[in-house]
Amino acid sequence: MSGTFVGMPTFPTAAKAALDNAQQRKNLHHATHTIRDKRARVVGEVDDWEELRVAGAAIKDEVLTHLDDYLVQLEESLTRAGATVHWARDADEANRIVTGLVKAKGTDEVVKVKSMATQEIGLNEALEEAGIHAWETDLAELIVQLGHDKPSHILVPAIHRNRAEIKEIFEREMGKVGQPAPAGLTSEPRALAEAARVHLREKFLRAKVAISGANFAVAETGTLVVVESEGNGRMCLTLPETLISVVGIEKVLPAAADLEVFLQLLPRSSTGERMNPYTSTWTGITPGDGPQEVHVVLLDNGRTDALADTVGRQALRCIRCSACLNVCPVYERVGGHAYGSVYPGPIGAVLNPLIRGTESAVDKSLPYASSLCGACFDACPVRIDIPELLVHLRTRVVDEKRGGLPSGEELAMKGAAWMFSDAKRWERVQRGAELGGRVLKKKETLGRIPGVAAWSDARDAPTPPTETFRSWWKKEHEKGEHA
Amino acid sequence: MSAREEILGRVSAALKDVPRSAPGANPVPWAYAAVADVADVAGLFLERVEDYRAVVTRVGSDGLPAALATALGDSRRVVVPSGLPTEWLAALQGVEVVTDDGPLTAAELDALDGVVTAAAVGIAVTGTIVLDHAADQGRRALSLVPDLHVCVVREDQLVGDVPEAMARLGAAVAAGRPLTWISGPSATSDIELERVEGVHGPRRLHVLLVG
Repeated sequence: MSGTFVGMPTFPTAAKAALDNAQQRKNLHHATHTIRDKRARVVGEVDDWEELRVAGAAIKDEVLTHLDDYLVQLEESLTRAGATVHWARDADEANRIVTGLVKAKGTDEVVKVKSMATQEIGLNEALEEAGIHAWETDLAELIVQLGHDKPSHILVPAIHRNRAEIKEIFEREMGKVGQPAPAGLTSEPRALAEAARVHLREKFLRAKVAISGANFAVAETGTLVVVESEGNGRMCLTLPETLISVVGIEKVLPAAADLEVFLQLLPRSSTGERMNPYTSTWTGITPGDGPQEVHVVLLDNGRTDALADTVGRQALRCIRCSACLNVCPVYERVGGHAYGSVYPGPIGAVLNPLIRGTESAVDKSLPYASSLCGACFDACPVRIDIPELLVHLRTRVVDEKRGGLPSGEELAMKGAAWMFSDAKRWERVQRGAELGGRVLKKKETLGRIPGVAAWSDARDAPTPPTETFRSWWKKEHEKGEHA
Repeated sequence: MSAREEILGRVSAALKDVPRSAPGANPVPWAYAAVADVADVAGLFLERVEDYRAVVTRVGSDGLPAALATALGDSRRVVVPSGLPTEWLAALQGVEVVTDDGPLTAAELDALDGVVTAAAVGIAVTGTIVLDHAADQGRRALSLVPDLHVCVVREDQLVGDVPEAMARLGAAVAAGRPLTWISGPSATSDIELERVEGVHGPRRLHVLLVG
């Protein structure tokens, strides 16, 4: 990934630009609805789906409320299995550790398995700076990387690109970094996938070091798990001599048996399959099989801040399935880039402010990037109550704003409080509104209202009535008395 | 302070509202290793493997060598793990069989046409085969680099669903062995969500169910 999300505009600004992109909206509508329908079909096959969700949430909560114990246990198990464990307080520290490990192997390239954690910390950029090429090997990540682009979906990061664009990117860029695209490449997905296979195969067979994330890390045994489809993960986890895995501290599961819950929840929620094509598990070093030097970097990078938020900590249950993106009416229309993070959609709207804090303009705006419809909670395989978290984070953003100069919204609310606090005052205001209503009686709604455009641009307010309820009541009441 | 101490300190500070208890003190409301209610495990397994557009054939144990020869098709050079029963290969003609005693480099594996392995477990509901890389399955690279994977599963290795599979695989994980769960050939839907089978892993998967 060559683009970063630093200095992103607020969600409404970025969303407005995204909404003007008709091609992207069409792609996103197709993608989200296709995956949503597939998910619904395979979830519908499972009789005990709700019990699985409850179990998944309970296992994650058990881990989160004993996270220090489980991390120590994981470290012991990994060490016993021959892995070296590193701890990283933040992105910079993790990048320094990984860069140092790669340099120590005397190589200037690594192959990478798609990993949200390494995207979150901007590892590829850090490696480039140190003169190390990081080759993304997931097809979508390859498209994003070769296109000098940013991912827009957790599961299908290049969903904003169509086949013609991908063909053009492959033809222009592949030759610059290795095996060029074949002559006469067509835009058929099969031909494009074949071009990626050939392009990457020489890198897989040559690479000395691979970098991965992990979907799960089992404390009891020190086993890491990667769930994938293409086999690029298996290539990276098996062929190189050295494997470095960057793992968020919330990825821990207590025991291998817990995988029976998550290997049912994750594929069905994520790709809408009964099972993804490939799942790999490995436990440190296996003599004679796979990498003989194994490193695990345990990453905090704001996760302990999220853990300290007693309401927000449930967001750390997230297993990055992206089911909430696919059911979200907001994500479907604006796409992933507007969220200013590798974690877009409903989960991104809560996870980013929780782990990055609410100082930046984009993080302050994210809790509002929702209509609170609740579809995300229903789809979440670990029952994260995203709507509750959004409201909680809105409160936090407002609370942090208190003090200093009052905003227009605060002045308007103060004015309203003054108006509503006295019946006579309220009646006079209503009479004024009636006059306004008579003037505007041909119109049914008000569009842009000068002075409050930030609010009114996205909402239509009804025009005031020509007669208020109180006037009507008074009129009818007086009539009654005369009868 | 080391990063380790600092992170562990942050975790315990973050949890100051939670009454301390031993890990595992809160039981998870889930009955582990439950047996799935599947009437015809073998039938469902065949149907679900086929759903992934893998080729799946059911044979009696007598018919295995011939079925294996057919499954390998026009493959000229194939690799087998050292613990694979040699009688399985009795019907091969004109096929050079390479064993992984060397061991072979990744480039050597890449030059081979196919691989034959056994399996540890087959899962009916999800149409999955699981390798625990015992001697009859070989190290992970063997079943990854060649373009055709022929995998032999015995009927007594089949289970209904994922929980039973995890129960059977627990010992291998505890012993530090890697697992590879395979559900159909490698696949991608990254381009306009159109499914393409065959990316980096074996593009063709042929499962032989014996029994």
